[in-house]
Amino acid sequence: MTDFAIETKDLSRIYKIRGNKKEKQIRKELVALENVNLTVERGELFGLLGPNGAGKTTLIKILTTLLAPTSGWARVAGYDVTQHPNLVRPRINMVSGGESSGYGLLTVRENLWMFSQFYGMPSKEANQRIVELLKMVGLEDRIHTKSSDLSTGLRQKMNIVRGFLTDPEVLFLDEPTLGLDVGAARDVRKLIRSWLDADKSRTLLLTTHYMVEAEELCDRVAIINKGRVLACDTPANLKRNLQRDAIFEIETSPLNGLTSQILQDQPEVKKAALTDIEGGARLELILKEESALASVINILTQKDVKVRRLTKREPTLEDVFMDLVGQKMEDVEKEEAPHAV
Amino acid sequence: MNRSETTRSFTMATWLGWQVESNWTDPFLFAIYVIIKPLASAAILVVMYSIITGGAYNSPLFPYIYLGNAFYTYVGAVMAGVSWAVIDDREHYKTLKYMYIAPINIPFYWLGRGVSRFLIGTVAVIVILTAGVLFLHVPLDLTQVNWGLFLVSLLLGVTMLAMMGLILASITLMVAHHFFLIGEAVAGALYLFSGAIFPLEVLPAWLRPVGYVMPITYWLELMRRSLIGEVAQAFPTLAQYSNLQLLGILLGLTVVFAVISVFTFRWCDYRARELGLIDRVSNY
Repeated sequence: MTDFAIETKDLSRIYKIRGNKKEKQIRKELVALENVNLTVERGELFGLLGPNGAGKTTLIKILTTLLAPTSGWARVAGYDVTQHPNLVRPRINMVSGGESSGYGLLTVRENLWMFSQFYGMPSKEANQRIVELLKMVGLEDRIHTKSSDLSTGLRQKMNIVRGFLTDPEVLFLDEPTLGLDVGAARDVRKLIRSWLDADKSRTLLLTTHYMVEAEELCDRVAIINKGRVLACDTPANLKRNLQRDAIFEIETSPLNGLTSQILQDQPEVKKAALTDIEGGARLELILKEESALASVINILTQKDVKVRRLTKREPTLEDVFMDLVGQKMEDVEKEEAPHAV
Repeated sequence: MNRSETTRSFTMATWLGWQVESNWTDPFLFAIYVIIKPLASAAILVVMYSIITGGAYNSPLFPYIYLGNAFYTYVGAVMAGVSWAVIDDREHYKTLKYMYIAPINIPFYWLGRGVSRFLIGTVAVIVILTAGVLFLHVPLDLTQVNWGLFLVSLLLGVTMLAMMGLILASITLMVAHHFFLIGEAVAGALYLFSGAIFPLEVLPAWLRPVGYVMPITYWLELMRRSLIGEVAQAFPTLAQYSNLQLLGILLGLTVVFAVISVFTFRWCDYRARELGLIDRVSNY
């Protein structure tokens, strides 16, 4: 037994993918996780931040005993997930966002009560807790509504309550606010924070690709891409590494063939990312020295690109990701979309 | 009250199964459905029998077929009921992964999910038997029924079917795509080889062994014997066996299937985790 809520050592997972009918014999390998080493302290809110297909869900599946690792090991609440899944399960719970799971023929209360009974909760205590939690997410007026009659967002709230209901030692939330409107996402974040504050031994692992969410909620964040953990620290420390760099955001007229590579070829430009916006482009730059801005402006002028707005700003986790991966998260997602796991 | 993992898995799954099976319409329509459906299927068989035999309802073949068909209802209900839970939870409700990470006993959860179909199947069997006695002169005399043999055979038979259902459920866990009718397909295939609607002698000699290794064959024979006694023994298939011998064979085969079901579940469960199939949705 260790004191960590979650611990992984050289954890890897490779999916073997069969080809289509014509290429049935060809087996491709997709590395979803590669030598992941993580430790999460008890009482910590730990975030896994990465684009779709980065391996976040695969990691959660392994940690919740749904999927076997290809190599390495993982412990949750002190127990090996492969060797002692039956000791792990009473201590955990999990909610996946962006899906509408649940028994549509049952009411919200019945769905939640049923799951509480599978976890062996006393019925009276479960019913009280269901009401409390539904109030916290603003769903108490739907307690007797059949879950098939709920919108996707409300159903997701119901599922989030299911995760908290059993008061697990370690709770896994996989993209809990995916698809929720702003208000609902705020309710969920409030619930997460208050659940953790109420008992310092509770641990929560959250995956998200919303930088703001990770920054607002997480004690520590691991940035993950293509199955590898690229960095792991507090959001403040991750950003501190970039504080000696100069970060600029420039809105311009259309780019006239200018590419991010041209800018990155400049010696003092660490990273450059371009995004098309209405009537022009947004240029995000991480510069080794502030003085390098002059050479960037010079290139823009040569290409007849006009600068409409220029802002210097503090580093965000998005900048940390861009610094580590070389691309913005949304650009990685666009590239990886067909291969997402 | 802190119930054991096995007990709460079974009882809560039974509750859930009943809600899922009975809640899709109002109670009146549900009752009508439960009564009409078995009557309709029995009526099809009776009409076919009548056309083929010219209405020979006094032949011992008629109660043989009628009772075999009535009790075969349990085969589809229990076997398919247990295995259907996998498809239903994984594909339709998308809850299988949440059940899997909960501290429950998965085989007992699946068995519990099959109980509601067993209960509905029981109503169907009672309806079919009552209609047979009232309208078709099936020679079933309640005072002559060997109730002891009937209850023991029924209990053993349902246990055997549940074990077969567990094997199918485990296999279903492995087949992520369009095999959602696997339970009913197997039940349909066994219909021909278990002496449900004709004695095994009707089959070519090389196909009969399939029927002899199926516990359903012995179970149906026991159900017939317990209800209509000698009439059931008018066919030579299992005539050489006493009731006790048949019970022994059924018990033995049930134990064999129980052992197979445990190993099948363990292997399929292990492979499903290896391959990442537990939460795979094929959107059929």
